[in-house]
Amino acid sequence: MTPALAIENVSVELGGRLVLTGTDLAVDRGELVGLIGPNGAGKTTLLRTILGLLTPSTGRVLVEGRTSKPGRTPIGYVPQRHEFAWEFPISVANVVMTGLTGRLGMFRRPGVAQWEAVADALERVRMTDLADRPVGQLSGGQRQRVLVARALAAQPAVLLLDEPFTGLDMPTQELLSALFADLACEGRAVLMTTHDLLSALDGCDRIALLNRRIIDTGTPAQLAADPALWMATFGVGADSALLRILAATSPERRVTA
Amino acid sequence: MNPIDFLTDLLNPDLAFLPKALAVAVMSSIVCGVVGTFVVLRGMAFIGDAVAHAVFPGLAVAFVVGGNLVIGGTIAGILTAVLVAVFSQNRRLKEDSIIGVFFVAAFALGIVVISQAPGYAGSLQQFLFGSITGIPDSDLYVVGGTGVLVLAVISALHKEFVTISLDRESARAMGVKVFWLDLVLYVLVTLAVVISVQTIGNILVLALLITPAATARLLTDRLGIMMLLAPIIGGVSALVGLYISWSWDFPTGGTIVLVLTAAFLLAWFFAPRQGLIAKSWRRRRHDRAADAAPPAAEPEPDLVPVNTGAL
Repeated sequence: MTPALAIENVSVELGGRLVLTGTDLAVDRGELVGLIGPNGAGKTTLLRTILGLLTPSTGRVLVEGRTSKPGRTPIGYVPQRHEFAWEFPISVANVVMTGLTGRLGMFRRPGVAQWEAVADALERVRMTDLADRPVGQLSGGQRQRVLVARALAAQPAVLLLDEPFTGLDMPTQELLSALFADLACEGRAVLMTTHDLLSALDGCDRIALLNRRIIDTGTPAQLAADPALWMATFGVGADSALLRILAATSPERRVTA
Repeated sequence: MNPIDFLTDLLNPDLAFLPKALAVAVMSSIVCGVVGTFVVLRGMAFIGDAVAHAVFPGLAVAFVVGGNLVIGGTIAGILTAVLVAVFSQNRRLKEDSIIGVFFVAAFALGIVVISQAPGYAGSLQQFLFGSITGIPDSDLYVVGGTGVLVLAVISALHKEFVTISLDRESARAMGVKVFWLDLVLYVLVTLAVVISVQTIGNILVLALLITPAATARLLTDRLGIMMLLAPIIGGVSALVGLYISWSWDFPTGGTIVLVLTAAFLLAWFFAPRQGLIAKSWRRRRHDRAADAAPPAAEPEPDLVPVNTGAL
């Protein structure tokens, strides 16, 4: 079966600099995959390539077996929260409706079917009660859910989340993690970049370690048990706090150590 | 002068320029109010200023060769907008620097061009500060037609403009043509500026674009209401401004801008929810309640709701 999202041998050049080389990654429907790597590892570049906003110099990105193209591919994109103009005077439901702008096409106005899709997306993230609230009045966790609902409105097969946990407290992160896991279970392929190792190790089905290329992928338990991978990905020494935290999360290592 | 006299003057055939000036001022205020909504919400005030200055060489050329001012100004404004859009692709310079380079250059070019016309000092002043006399009948139709066109385009592309204003990267990912929509918005700003320049002048036209929309933003959290309020505030201010300037023989452009500014300040102090007065009143009431009752961690109703964890 072809995976919902397949990244095959992708290299990307930005301003004459090779940011990604020979990157391979596949995400199946039903999977929540965490993309982890240091700043400058190419996480955002990889997301932009998947969206079709950057053209790889080698390799290709396939979404449901077809080359990714902006507006033609069923991908839902959830940007970092600070990318969005929260001071814009607009209600939650109308923001979610903008997720259908590309799908609707020029000069067409939303009809009953579109408003139903918006209502479904809001229901999915449990924001129905706040549908008429101006977005500027929402808390951080609610804002993140609005962005997820906007991405869900077009019913994408693949969902990309860029740093969804940044600046959120632990209970809010847990609720979002549970939501993302549910969204994957319903048959979407979910790929999430994050700096939050604990949430990723706890909530993701698989983790991909990225630094210019995919260092390794595996279940959280597999990867947490191998400090060498993390030293290679983050360029840290054996005495790094990162490895101590990993060790604390990994039952296998505690047994062997 | 009381309003009845103003009305009589408006209907006086010897003062035919007065109703024409009123019509042009109100129409351009309405168009600027609607376009200005996006300018204010996207933080494009500087681009608006740039376009306002950039139309000047076009007006100057049209004036020198005896062509149509609206067409001349539009061409110059669009040309500058395109130059800014293209030169902004160079990542070493931010867009505001590019704008800074080109709009002053355009304005300088306008000054050089208009100096070639004999007796240019008078017309220069007219361009810079506006004038209510000498508006030809044809301009009424040009301003009206252009205004209708601008409003039609804004309405047709409303959902796209909202989408790219919220978050450009996601809009691009959806296949929305962000670059072209930006360009269309610049052109609309240019057209709104050009039709307003005659009455209010090149330097003050920015107020027509920014102040009504900014005032409306203070009064509402709804885009639809803001796009309705801004043209109303602009149109009424133009009417009141023209009346005051006619009564006391003040310069029209300056008077309209001062009326707009007064409306803005009124909204700043008296807006029902966000205004300074309403806020301090709420705070007083809150303090009094806190004095009467034991201190409770009750948030103000207007504060950002905390995420209670009910996902």
